Amino acid sequence: MSSTLEEILAQAIQALEAATDLQALDQIRVQYLGKKGAFTLQMKELGKLDPDQRRVAGQAINQVKSDFQNTLEARRNSLQQAVLDARLASETIDVTLPGRGQAVSGLHPVTLTLRRISKIFSSVGFKVEEGPEIEDDYHNFEALNIPSHHPARAMHDTFYFDAHTLLRTHTSPVQVRSMEKYQPPLKVIAPGRVYRCDSDITHTPMFHQVEGFLVDENVSFADLKGVVYEFLTAFFEKDIQVRFRPSYFPFTEPSAEVDIECVMCDGEGCRVCSHTGWLEVMGCGMIHPEVFKSVDIDTEAFTGFAFGMGVERLAMLRYGINDLRLFFENDLKFLEQFN
Amino acid sequence: MQFSEAWLRELVNPNIDTNVLVEQLTMAGLEVDSVSPAAAEFSGVVVGQVSSVVAHPDADKLRICTVEVGQDEALQIVCGASNVREGLKIPAALIGAVLPGNFKIKKSKLRGEASFGMLCSEKELGLAADADGLMELAADAPVGTDIREYLALDDQLIEVDLTPNRADCLSIEGVAREVALLNELPFSVLEVATTPIDHQESLAVKVSSPEACPRYLGRLIKGVNAQAETPLWMQERLRRSGVKSLGAVVDVTNYVLLEMGQPLHAFDAAKLNGDIEVRMATEGETFTLLNDQEIKTNSETTLVIADAQKALALAGVMGGKDSAVADETQDIFLECAFFAPLFMMGKARHYGLHTDSSHRFERGVDAELQNRAIERATQLIVEIAGGKVGEITEVTTQASLPKREAVTLRQQRIKRILGVELPANDVAAMLQRLGMTVEAKGEAWLVTPPGFRFDIAIEADLIEEIGRVYGYNNLPQSSLLMRSALSQAPEAVLPIDQIKDLLVARDYQEAITYSFVDEDIQKAIAPNDSYIKLQNPISADLAVMRTTLWCGLLQAASYNTKRQQTRVRFFESGQRFLGTKADQQEKMLAGLVLGTVNAEQWDESARKVDFYDVKADVEAICTLTGYEVQFVANKHPALHPGQSAEIISRDGRSLGWLGMLHPTLEKQLGFDNSVFLFELSQDVLLKRNVPAFTKLSKFPSVRRDLALLVREEVSFQQIKSCINDCQEALIKEIKVFDIYRGQGVETGYKSVALALVMQNSTETLVDSDIDAIVNKVLDALSRNISAKLRD
Repeated sequence: MSSTLEEILAQAIQALEAATDLQALDQIRVQYLGKKGAFTLQMKELGKLDPDQRRVAGQAINQVKSDFQNTLEARRNSLQQAVLDARLASETIDVTLPGRGQAVSGLHPVTLTLRRISKIFSSVGFKVEEGPEIEDDYHNFEALNIPSHHPARAMHDTFYFDAHTLLRTHTSPVQVRSMEKYQPPLKVIAPGRVYRCDSDITHTPMFHQVEGFLVDENVSFADLKGVVYEFLTAFFEKDIQVRFRPSYFPFTEPSAEVDIECVMCDGEGCRVCSHTGWLEVMGCGMIHPEVFKSVDIDTEAFTGFAFGMGVERLAMLRYGINDLRLFFENDLKFLEQFN
Repeated sequence: MQFSEAWLRELVNPNIDTNVLVEQLTMAGLEVDSVSPAAAEFSGVVVGQVSSVVAHPDADKLRICTVEVGQDEALQIVCGASNVREGLKIPAALIGAVLPGNFKIKKSKLRGEASFGMLCSEKELGLAADADGLMELAADAPVGTDIREYLALDDQLIEVDLTPNRADCLSIEGVAREVALLNELPFSVLEVATTPIDHQESLAVKVSSPEACPRYLGRLIKGVNAQAETPLWMQERLRRSGVKSLGAVVDVTNYVLLEMGQPLHAFDAAKLNGDIEVRMATEGETFTLLNDQEIKTNSETTLVIADAQKALALAGVMGGKDSAVADETQDIFLECAFFAPLFMMGKARHYGLHTDSSHRFERGVDAELQNRAIERATQLIVEIAGGKVGEITEVTTQASLPKREAVTLRQQRIKRILGVELPANDVAAMLQRLGMTVEAKGEAWLVTPPGFRFDIAIEADLIEEIGRVYGYNNLPQSSLLMRSALSQAPEAVLPIDQIKDLLVARDYQEAITYSFVDEDIQKAIAPNDSYIKLQNPISADLAVMRTTLWCGLLQAASYNTKRQQTRVRFFESGQRFLGTKADQQEKMLAGLVLGTVNAEQWDESARKVDFYDVKADVEAICTLTGYEVQFVANKHPALHPGQSAEIISRDGRSLGWLGMLHPTLEKQLGFDNSVFLFELSQDVLLKRNVPAFTKLSKFPSVRRDLALLVREEVSFQQIKSCINDCQEALIKEIKVFDIYRGQGVETGYKSVALALVMQNSTETLVDSDIDAIVNKVLDALSRNISAKLRD
């Protein structure tokens, strides 16, 4: 009898091993463990035996059933794994193909630069002010201590609409307008478009400036130097050499031009800095008493500084752009480089 | 201003090299623009003397010369120049010489005759752009001397970009004074001896406008040789200052201008009729200037120099052609005046002129300089061209001369402005070195500026000078220490940056286009807008101010489609300018879209962008405001009449436009694809709703779908408004989920499938309530827009 059991088990295991899918496996299970299954029949035979034999035979049957079930379980797991593997294999894609859907574009490099400038200054409480681009002669010149026929007017190639109306040549009129509107203390930056009647390889008739100024009870040239230096090191993200050169603007006194060590050649001298190692990046100075007078600010109570910088110039130095005219051609191949 | 370093060093010679000198000037506010050699590189050229000239046997134009070059034997050199002659001293390039342009001189044969070098013109030595013969050297030039040494060519030309306030440096004396100051060296200007008077003739001078001409000096010099050769040293200094040599008399006046900063003018006395008058021009006087320009004095504020009969010269700007010194001139009337800067400003520009003279007078010439300058010019003219000197006629109106008023400088103010405490003695010493008269007054000084400084009128001017001399880079630097209030964060203002970021995330590229545009494009796109024109545009395509950002965006799109771009999505933020007086400057946000919805991609068919794609972008922007806007079908001259909408804000103001570029314009502007545009007013757009909470409903919402049959021309907005007008508060949302035309729907009609979402916050909606609402809505739709439920 035991040899028969072993034979059945051997056949059963052989059948399980041969099964190639879960369905076949289930049929085999029924064939052996079902109501009329081989092992079930064996169990039914047990009743015919005397109790002693029944116990021994029963144990033997349970043993082979258990062996069968273990094999069945193992086989099922293995087949299930095979099914899953097949599915995973069939669902494998080329993950290196590009994604689909709407792409993302970018901001103009002038905007990127303006945002960084604004961020640096707003961190210490500078407020952003704007003004009209079509300005009157008073705010663009007169109130800034540039009377008509002043030689400094020749430095501004001005676009005119009529004798008194013009396109602002700098963002400095916003300084006047802000001081007309608000009382000191004042911390303001004024970004925006400005216009000069000049067009060649290094000039476009429209460009962007950021004017900044600060008016308070005790502001000195030392504070101006500190702010300008801290701004430039923050903007270029390195401890950069900065120098202040005496210059002349009718609306500041003392006036200075600010040079930085050339960021292209680290001050060694190259084409960009005309082999001087220095790059002019902004003009600045202490606000001229005449400007304060035109907006009724008491020059004994308050002092202030102002600075102005060209945004395209800073963007060119920051990103290594070599041609100013690219900024306004709006060639996608140029713009996309800043996305 | 350009000057020769060698000339400067004759006046003041600090022990520093060129680089340090240049750095010093730049850091003192005299920005050096360039430093260039006075002559191009060359070598091996010496002073030679032609000792004999014989004709070349085989060439008409060549001569065989024997040239002494200071060596044991004279050289045979073949020369083709017409001015070669016996005894002439010339630059001779020896065998082995290298001329500018790396031109090497070798022994050669010219038509069979050996030549051991080359006789040179100024052009060949790089000293002039052209020449009509050999360079003729002075008779006393030492034969054999290297020409670079003889002409002192190892010199640098320094070009300084002077700011308008530093008129005092518009002369070599001015620069020398500054260099002496910076190096703490002594300096005094050239003392000029008075030339003895030879005759008593003079012209009377009448100054009718003393406020414009506070001082006028003139003198007659008779019997000058106007054709006298200007000495080489003066020619070289003029050349190195960028001034052409034009004959002895004019060269001298130019030389004194460069040396002292005083413009002078010489008239041909024979061409003057009667006495001199300095007066305002009468309207419409005409005369011809030295540069052949016809002047018609169209302004009574123009100052002229006139004789008894007519205007001769534009005072302080340019002389007249009729009275100019020429080769045959014998007697000259030399003028040396002080014209007031405030009066001179803008005068030259008024006539489209800008001269060395006007440049200086506008910025300010030292009013104490005229006597010294006219004596210097007299001395040089007599030295070079001879002549008999007459008495100086001087007309000075003291009251009109610049006032040199003392300026108070407070020590405490220096600290406050510059942030540095300077010892009182240092301050006084600095000011004195600057030529100021200083008088101590307690904690302050009374400072009187010298006559050559026109830029010192207030305390701040003096503080700037102190800072400049002390050195800006030596001044302290400090971090801001100031009171600071917390910044505001107004929530009802929508930041434009947020909208820009949204558009970027929706694949729009930011563009920045010119604010001025081509007038034709402006007219084509916005024919009903009035606009403002520039008086002096840079070109015709940048001539009028845009009234819509579309002008620039369309041009930018066209620029790209012509460069193989088939898909363009731009936005721009900027001002537009409405009205002929530009009384309306408004910030706008505009967009342009053409091409496919998505960039080309695999496994997805490309779909051309349509109105609704762009509308979704506009709606997304409007969503940021937190309130609903309305799109109203309306016509815009730039847009397709059937695909354009005006966008109306909640307060009824026009927010902007959205639509398809009109097909006529599309063709006119050269597009192959439909172009979609939008433009929104930032004034209206950037006002945001601050969110306000409404209680959430615990009860479920119910959705009822309705398929409505309406006439084709009924808009969705009309259906929606009709439903909204029922004022059923329980209707929370109206959604459209299908528009159907075709089988089962009569032509001229469409089926609009709507979903009404209803919810009550206090109880669950029951069928009877829902039916009542739906019936009320259907009834209203039927009455107002003849909508029927589709079977």
